[in-house]
Amino acid sequence: MNAIVRRLEEIFGRETFGLLVLMAVMVAAYSLATPQFLTARNLSSMGFQAPLLGLLTLAMLAPMISGGLNLAIIYTANISGLALAWVLLQFGGPDAGMFAVILGSLAAVAVGAIAGAVMGAVIAYIGAHPILVSLAMMIFLRGLGEFLTRGGDISGFPPSLAVLGHGTLYGLPVPLLLFALVALAWHVMLRRSRHGFAVYMVGSNIRASEYSGIDTKRTLVLIYTLSGVICAIAGILMAARFNSVRVGHGEALLLVTVLAIFLGGIDPFGGHGKVAPVIIAILILQILSSGLNLVGANQHLATAVWGLFLIAVMILRSDQVAALFRRKE
Amino acid sequence: MPESGGAERHALRLKAVSKTFGGVKALDGVDFEVLEGEVHCLAGENGCGKSTLIKIVTGVYKPESAGLIELFGERLDGITPVQARDRGVSVIWQDLALFANMSVAENIAFDAMVGLRPRGVDYRGMKKRAGATLERLGVTLDLDAALSTLPIAQRQVVAIARSLMNDARLIFMDEPTASLTQSETDRLLDIVRRLSADGVAIVFVSHRLAEVLEIARRVTVVRDGRLVGVYPTEGMTQARLGELMTGHMLEDSVAARDMSSAPAVFEANRLGRPGEFENIDLVIRRGEVVGLCGLLGAGRTELAHAMMGMSEPATGEMRLHGDVYRPTSIRAAIAHGMAYVSEDRLSLGLLQKQSIVDNASISVLDRLLDGLGLISNGKKLGLIRGWVEKLGIKIGLPDDAISTLSGGNQQKVVLAKWLATEPKVLILDSPTVGVDVGARAGLFRIVRELAEQGLAILLISDEVTEALYNSDRVLHMVQGRIAGEYDPSTTSVQALEEAIYE
Repeated sequence: MNAIVRRLEEIFGRETFGLLVLMAVMVAAYSLATPQFLTARNLSSMGFQAPLLGLLTLAMLAPMISGGLNLAIIYTANISGLALAWVLLQFGGPDAGMFAVILGSLAAVAVGAIAGAVMGAVIAYIGAHPILVSLAMMIFLRGLGEFLTRGGDISGFPPSLAVLGHGTLYGLPVPLLLFALVALAWHVMLRRSRHGFAVYMVGSNIRASEYSGIDTKRTLVLIYTLSGVICAIAGILMAARFNSVRVGHGEALLLVTVLAIFLGGIDPFGGHGKVAPVIIAILILQILSSGLNLVGANQHLATAVWGLFLIAVMILRSDQVAALFRRKE
Repeated sequence: MPESGGAERHALRLKAVSKTFGGVKALDGVDFEVLEGEVHCLAGENGCGKSTLIKIVTGVYKPESAGLIELFGERLDGITPVQARDRGVSVIWQDLALFANMSVAENIAFDAMVGLRPRGVDYRGMKKRAGATLERLGVTLDLDAALSTLPIAQRQVVAIARSLMNDARLIFMDEPTASLTQSETDRLLDIVRRLSADGVAIVFVSHRLAEVLEIARRVTVVRDGRLVGVYPTEGMTQARLGELMTGHMLEDSVAARDMSSAPAVFEANRLGRPGEFENIDLVIRRGEVVGLCGLLGAGRTELAHAMMGMSEPATGEMRLHGDVYRPTSIRAAIAHGMAYVSEDRLSLGLLQKQSIVDNASISVLDRLLDGLGLISNGKKLGLIRGWVEKLGIKIGLPDDAISTLSGGNQQKVVLAKWLATEPKVLILDSPTVGVDVGARAGLFRIVRELAEQGLAILLISDEVTEALYNSDRVLHMVQGRIAGEYDPSTTSVQALEEAIYE
């Protein structure tokens, strides 16, 4: 038994394996607690809900590995959604065709990329702290968005957009497929590309990276730009799911992304972290809240449980607890 | 001051102290004694166990075994940091450990004014006591000035005053004069004499042998963790002391060759950058090792930075293989075949958080790609395995953190990282800092071989012996200018030391 555990730990990595075990335990517990948990309906509903948080978390993850943070993810997504909505409205709102959806999505991605690039450039060239820069960007985008929308909703999108938010392909929710695609791309970018390598290096010691010939400025600009692109995709997904765009949609998710990243065992000071454990962490959070919902608990309780859960994980991961286990052996 | 041999009291007595780090004996049965009011020098090469000894006396490290530990006549089983402080032991490290943003008075009186009782800070009392302490040292400083506005020499005085505030009776000074000018050094030595006359024992750690012989009454020499001996400074020469420290007749190991007929690889003509260096004429030939000596702050590292494209020279020009070379970034310099082993391995040379293999791959990512343009793990591992073999690096697994390696092996990984770029010019900036004596020889054997293979090498060194024995020519830099050139085969350590430190 011990040998099997060790082998599995080797395959998945210790961090990921622990999270997988935790997820399995939760699935088992909820399945026993309510027959509704392991139903196609519930699984599919989770498959529609989790990708939004998932995309936003990936957008937060990469800047974090580079030693920074992107507090503007939600409003970047909102503003990108606005760009999409504006294009759609120009083409007749509900009557807009596929071309308008594609054009609008491109506009959204461009807006997200610009917002990210500006942040990245200020961080890289001015040397300002990512918290301050992304906070300023967050406030700017919120104000700009509220000014443009007068604080209201923009709605009335064509059915072709709704497919993105509510459709299924081969029985799988389209948002889930979209997320899987982005996550795979993100994994390859971080772990296998030269740029990804540079992100880890910059995150562990920016000056030493520069001394080794890494273009640290380009690395920072690029990683915030890519983060902005992922935000834009999240923004498009939000518009498709809610059939409306409003500045402030998804506001509560900002700190949940940080929660998911910590749960995924990422070094908050940069330099270390992988995509896989973060995805499992997102699934765990989704299972936790969906399950609580099914057993009839209040939605706000789920949020409280998330917080408690993170504290529990930190205690379990601490050196002191690890030492306790070693002594027993 | 009592005559030696009389009834003197000991400030510190250590007998047969041993300390091991990961299988390496840092200290092996060392005795160390300091008399009250004595100025005592602790001499030895980097990595010989000096700092370990200081850290044992101050309670940072616990020795595995000790025959006797006695502080001011009191026998102790072991020393804790609190015990050391209460008994008046104090260390002034090279980096001083002061608060840059606080005022002179706050820095001096800090420990005395920070208490457990919740009350306001008594700024007036603080200033009064700080002023009195400075007076005892015979120095006047603006008590309200922020520490960061003071030159190094004055910060040193603040650090000394701070230890006096804590009633220090035994002060260790770690390379206190390394970054001081001659007149500043003289003033510091005056302060040391004053303290000594006051009954405070001072243990002086310095590489400047001339200064050691001037200020100290006795010198304890440590080599490779073992006590070589305790000698009176009267009648001692610098050459003899250097020999005791390194353990061999140094003249034997000069390996200089005449490279004047080899083609020039790097040339600098009248290169200058205000406040850093000026009028630098420098030629490094194919296969040549050029040593660059001088005091800290003489402009050596600044020159290296300009060569690597980290700063832009204001005047003059550089040439590589005869073509004008004007790098605008480190990347550009690397692309031109320049490589720079930084003097600060811990924070600039390596990424301590990352693995051995990633540290070695960082400078040559472009060559480690597979068909899809992605980084190939196999190629990365192949790279590190090749260098492990070529340079004899001792590692566990390539994926282990770089911080698991010893200083010497870390430095070899740095070398591997740069050699992988196939450079034409290699700048080594104080490459043996924190590398133990045995590993140094191995490192310089590699440097020799690289030179034989045609690499042009600039060796920046703080240690005269190191530069003299491993270079084909030695240049001496003073206040941003090259002041002299020496041929190692006709220059003695003593002569070069005198040129540098006087």
